[in-house]
Amino acid sequence: MTATVDRPYTRALHPVHAILLAGTIPLFLGATLSDLAYWSSHQIQWTNFASWLLAGGLVFGGLALLCAIIGLFRADRGGRPLIYILLLLATWILGFVNALIHAKDAWASMPTGLVLSVVVTALACAATWIGFCSLRAGGVK
Amino acid sequence: MRRSSIFASAILAVAMLSACGGNEPDTAQYGPTPALPDPQRGLLPNMTIAKPAQWGDQQPAVPQNYTITAIATDLGIPRQTLVLPNGDILVAEGRGGGAANLKPKDVIAGYIKARGNTSVESGNRLTLLRDSDGDGIYEEQTVFAENLNAPYGLALVDGNLYVANQDALVRFDYQPGQTRASGPPVKLTDLPSAINHHWTKALAASPDGRFLYVGIGSNSNITERGMDVEADRAMVWQVDARTGAHRPYATGLRNPTALAIQPGTDQLWAVVNERDELGPDLVPDYLTAVREGQFYGWPYSYWGQNVDPRVRPQNPEKVASAIAPDYSLGSHVAALGLAFSTSAMGAEFADGVFVGEHGSWNRKNPVGYKVVFVPFSDGRPAGPPIDFVSGFRGADGKTRGRPVGVTVDPRGALIVADDLSNTIWRVTPTQ
Repeated sequence: MTATVDRPYTRALHPVHAILLAGTIPLFLGATLSDLAYWSSHQIQWTNFASWLLAGGLVFGGLALLCAIIGLFRADRGGRPLIYILLLLATWILGFVNALIHAKDAWASMPTGLVLSVVVTALACAATWIGFCSLRAGGVK
Repeated sequence: MRRSSIFASAILAVAMLSACGGNEPDTAQYGPTPALPDPQRGLLPNMTIAKPAQWGDQQPAVPQNYTITAIATDLGIPRQTLVLPNGDILVAEGRGGGAANLKPKDVIAGYIKARGNTSVESGNRLTLLRDSDGDGIYEEQTVFAENLNAPYGLALVDGNLYVANQDALVRFDYQPGQTRASGPPVKLTDLPSAINHHWTKALAASPDGRFLYVGIGSNSNITERGMDVEADRAMVWQVDARTGAHRPYATGLRNPTALAIQPGTDQLWAVVNERDELGPDLVPDYLTAVREGQFYGWPYSYWGQNVDPRVRPQNPEKVASAIAPDYSLGSHVAALGLAFSTSAMGAEFADGVFVGEHGSWNRKNPVGYKVVFVPFSDGRPAGPPIDFVSGFRGADGKTRGRPVGVTVDPRGALIVADDLSNTIWRVTPTQ
């Protein structure tokens, strides 16, 4: 008997969606920091870390994107899901390109890889912010 | 689940990229001064992987007046061969390596490359082939020694049979006519084997038998496994045959996959596989006289002093000391076999070397997949390579074999190990 009256958070992100979405930030941020470490130390292990963190970010981001797209087809959505989805899509596409850049051997991934990691991290932050904001705002109203 | 679908889409993208697009001029890149284009590498490396197929009724193609026969089949990945004084042939069988996947890329590339190789088990043994009646049919096939660790290089000096395993140089006593080793081998020295990205250990013996030369490949394409693991790699060792003591003989040779002594001299020659992912026409694999104490560039530079920007930290001093090799075989051909010819091979192919080319993966238009003859004059390579055994890759795009080691039988035959169809081929001048 809980689903009948106003609840401020009915339209909040599903916890699974929220976890996947929020998870992109530490993963892409970790990749950026690893890239910075490789940039300054030339120690190859850092770029290996960056590659796997990027792959992780793509898994989380891809699943979050899937959740968001499924959410589009649910009638009770308010807010700005389209902006959120486009941001997340941009994050994923640039993240994938970045993963391919990181697949180059040794220093061949630099400096493009580092620059892309920073951009993708910023996009992931923006997508997560808008994702939480817009959807929750819709619920609170 | 999601990860595997990312891998799947990456594989699909690679497949699409290899299936279409890319204008690759097929420049003939042979000889002492090959054209070296600027390095290039798109978002995905060009990959065209051999599609294995059975030989069926077909055979590799050889020049007119030569005959080819399969003298042994169903081996456990034959790599290098050795013709013994009595005409018996020893075959080293096996596959080594097993370097860990460090990046998602390694998982994907490993899966794709494996499709172009044999799936049989590593033999880890030496097989002996014998033709008792001299009719060209090697009716006897016995296991000479087993439980070796990816044996590759072979050399016989007097009564000592040296075998370069992927982790150690070992010695058997050998009596003429023996079909089975009399006991387990004695270890002469350990060889660098940590990671073993390039695991093959090529071997040649100096004519006086005092020294053994061991080719040790790099532990990466271009230092992507870190500099630390490249100690004692990408070089040729000179090993004292009595004590096992070693010293670097020449360095900066990325993957010296076959070594041979030029007959009538003490000069060591090598074929070397160069680095990938710099474009279809970089970097040429080469044939070179191995000059004592010299540095051939890897990893800092290629073909002399062309700096490879992928290496950090760089080393301008080492680059300045790098010398260029003698003779380009073409980029990505993957030379794995080397043997000096003799007059018994016929007048046209008497003076020069045979080179077994395993074939490319990092190129849209495949190259290699054949055995070529590089003619010599006055003891130096002279002129473009001539196809000697070809047709391993058919016009239908299917690959039926991949040549590795080549050995010249002084009686007048070229022995070719084929590690895709697991066959030993024998090419003879038609009587």
